[in-house]
Amino acid sequence: MKIIANTLENIAGIEWYPIIGLFIFLIFFIVLIIRVMYLGQDEVQELSQLPLDRNDNFVKEPNNQLN
Amino acid sequence: MELQKFTYDNKITRLFMNATILWGIVGMLVGLTIALELVFPLMSGGISWLSFGRLRPLHTNAVIFAFVGNGLFTGIYYSAPRLLKTPMFSELLGKIHFWGWQLIIVAAALTLPFGFTVGKEYAELEWPIDIAIALIWVVFGINLIMTTVKRRTKHIYVAIWFYIATFVTVAVLHIVNSINIPVSLLKSYPIYAGVQDALVQWWYGHNAVAFFLTTPYLGMMYYFIPKAANRPVYSYKLSIIHFWALIFLYIWAGPHHLLYTALPDWAQALGVVFSVMLIAPSWGGMINGLLTLRGAWDKVRESPVLKMFVVAVTAYGMSTFEGPLLSLKSVNAISHFTDWTIAHVHIGALGWNGMMTFGMLYWLFPRIYKTQLFSTKLANIHFWLATTGMLFFAIPLYFAGFAQSLMWKEFTADGYLKYPNFIETVTQVIPMYGIRILGGTLYITGVIIMIFNLIKTANAGTFVATEDDEAPALESHASVIDKGHRTLEGKPLLFTLLALAAILIGGIIEFVPMFMVKSNIPTISSVKPYTPLELEGRDIYIREGCYNCHSQMIRPFRSEVERYGDYTKAGETVYDHPFQFGSKRTGPDLAREGVKTGPLYKPNSWHYNHFFSPQKLVAESIMPPFPWLIANELDYSKISKKISVMQTLGVPYPEGYANQAKDELLKQANEIAQGLRNEGIDVTDTKEVIALIAYIQRLGTDIHRTDGSSAFTNK
Repeated sequence: MKIIANTLENIAGIEWYPIIGLFIFLIFFIVLIIRVMYLGQDEVQELSQLPLDRNDNFVKEPNNQLN
Repeated sequence: MELQKFTYDNKITRLFMNATILWGIVGMLVGLTIALELVFPLMSGGISWLSFGRLRPLHTNAVIFAFVGNGLFTGIYYSAPRLLKTPMFSELLGKIHFWGWQLIIVAAALTLPFGFTVGKEYAELEWPIDIAIALIWVVFGINLIMTTVKRRTKHIYVAIWFYIATFVTVAVLHIVNSINIPVSLLKSYPIYAGVQDALVQWWYGHNAVAFFLTTPYLGMMYYFIPKAANRPVYSYKLSIIHFWALIFLYIWAGPHHLLYTALPDWAQALGVVFSVMLIAPSWGGMINGLLTLRGAWDKVRESPVLKMFVVAVTAYGMSTFEGPLLSLKSVNAISHFTDWTIAHVHIGALGWNGMMTFGMLYWLFPRIYKTQLFSTKLANIHFWLATTGMLFFAIPLYFAGFAQSLMWKEFTADGYLKYPNFIETVTQVIPMYGIRILGGTLYITGVIIMIFNLIKTANAGTFVATEDDEAPALESHASVIDKGHRTLEGKPLLFTLLALAAILIGGIIEFVPMFMVKSNIPTISSVKPYTPLELEGRDIYIREGCYNCHSQMIRPFRSEVERYGDYTKAGETVYDHPFQFGSKRTGPDLAREGVKTGPLYKPNSWHYNHFFSPQKLVAESIMPPFPWLIANELDYSKISKKISVMQTLGVPYPEGYANQAKDELLKQANEIAQGLRNEGIDVTDTKEVIALIAYIQRLGTDIHRTDGSSAFTNK
């Protein structure tokens, strides 16, 4: 650890760290948006149905009949 | 396509469900107790383990890790198998997880009130319990990830991603923040000190909110709201963006808890920027949750489950809007250290976590017991009690926070503090503390009604221990060609690694320069390690949980410098394992309490009498009395070991100092006790109060030392 600490002791440009952070996020976010745009509507449909394909609403609550 | 038959185990869900309810009521009752103690400070009756400073960590730990913890495990153990079309990977691991977690909670309840604490908020538990948490968490992680691997669905629903991110991140947070060096079985010191410790702690603290209280509950939102409304999530695409943006941004935001402190400016700026950006994914999630009810709003009127969910998601939206606002430096200057923060977290805890949990329980009980809910009317009454209780809790505290903060900052026309006595600002907010008790009582009454309702429901039905289901094996999906994000969803291990990478990037960019670059913490040559007696006193300060009500961080504002003395420098805290900045000023800041020329200085005899009975010296004080400090003998048997551990951590005590520490301790104790005896106080040298006075009188004095002498006699 000492070696790393000494090497980095006088690191220049510390002010760039937040900028680097923002930049990483920006790239990440753009890639993410593009990938999500690629998703087809039918696939989205299928995925969003995953919780609902099993009917466990076998009980009838008095004022809560949601089916 | 051949269908495989399998069963879902409801027994483990029921265990976690019952534990959620039990610890929920315990945690809330402890909260009510400490709320009462702020209005009736003598209520603890001089009993150490009932004092505010010891019970407040019990309250926060019980609500976060016991109530919400068991709540999220309930949700995960119910929804994950059903979403993945397979039983949980191992029933045995599930049982180890359940009983291990309950034992950890019991261990917390048996240590925190008795003063065994590390002294870092929400991470107070001592090292053996920390190790147990890590092990049990890994058991949970293996069970969850292996269930995902063994699934029968090709793709992994968004709720599961949130669960996986929860597992991965909490593991990293807990381990990094809990690295301590033990002194004994129930005493340890964190390896980090001062500002660095503060950065690690609030990176942990903030992300405990993010990844323990938020992400698993978002996963549950994405499962239980569609189930209860019988509608798919509003936008699945939005949920993908919600997930990645949220976990990526959250991890950077921790430093917003340390604005205007001695933390370097660049780190503060980083925290602010990412906190503001967090509004976007948080609100994306909230909108996604609420719009799932599109076309079903008429059901909300009738279903207590949906009502609870709607208020929960709304509270999530409110507190994630408020959070970024509180991260703005100008707002934080007012809100920090006040009851505003307490109001903010309770919108999250009572509104988001509480209401999501109640909604889930009202939905689950009838299904697991195959019957109807005993009384919808009682559930509706619970809903209204919880909603009004939450508002009666939070709104008075917003007033209290604002009012007190503005009083702290107000100057007269002549340039003096208008309220120089801290207690003047306390008496103003006591009525608000009273209304908060009303709010909490309403909320707890609702929970008691819920318990009655759920017991009646369970009694009326028959427990369904296992549920059958069938689905084709995973291999039968192999012919489907993947593209885009779906490829990722199909590979849980790769997915886990990517989630880990996303959260590590933020942590590393914050930590590496903070720890490596010396210029971040300018050293101050007059700052010396604590003397052995002061170190023992500091441990008592931590044991009593003084940091729950007193900060040690004077921010660079005119009003604070005027009231407390020179603002705190990063270099003054380099030997503080752990840091004691605090996050709330129920009492005044103590960072310069010992400075003789400072505005707060009190003689030793004042402190002695004040610990015995604060109200004797400050009639309106809401500090509890600490008579046991006067009565207890100081246990200094471990002082040599403590000094050695400090040396291991890099505190520059001279070589061999550990051996003479005991003599030094007794010598300083004798000086202080003799001074007290000279003033007519009947006290022996080795009482706990002597050590605490030594520590209090040391606070903030380092940079005021002009003769260049060392705090300890052996150079």
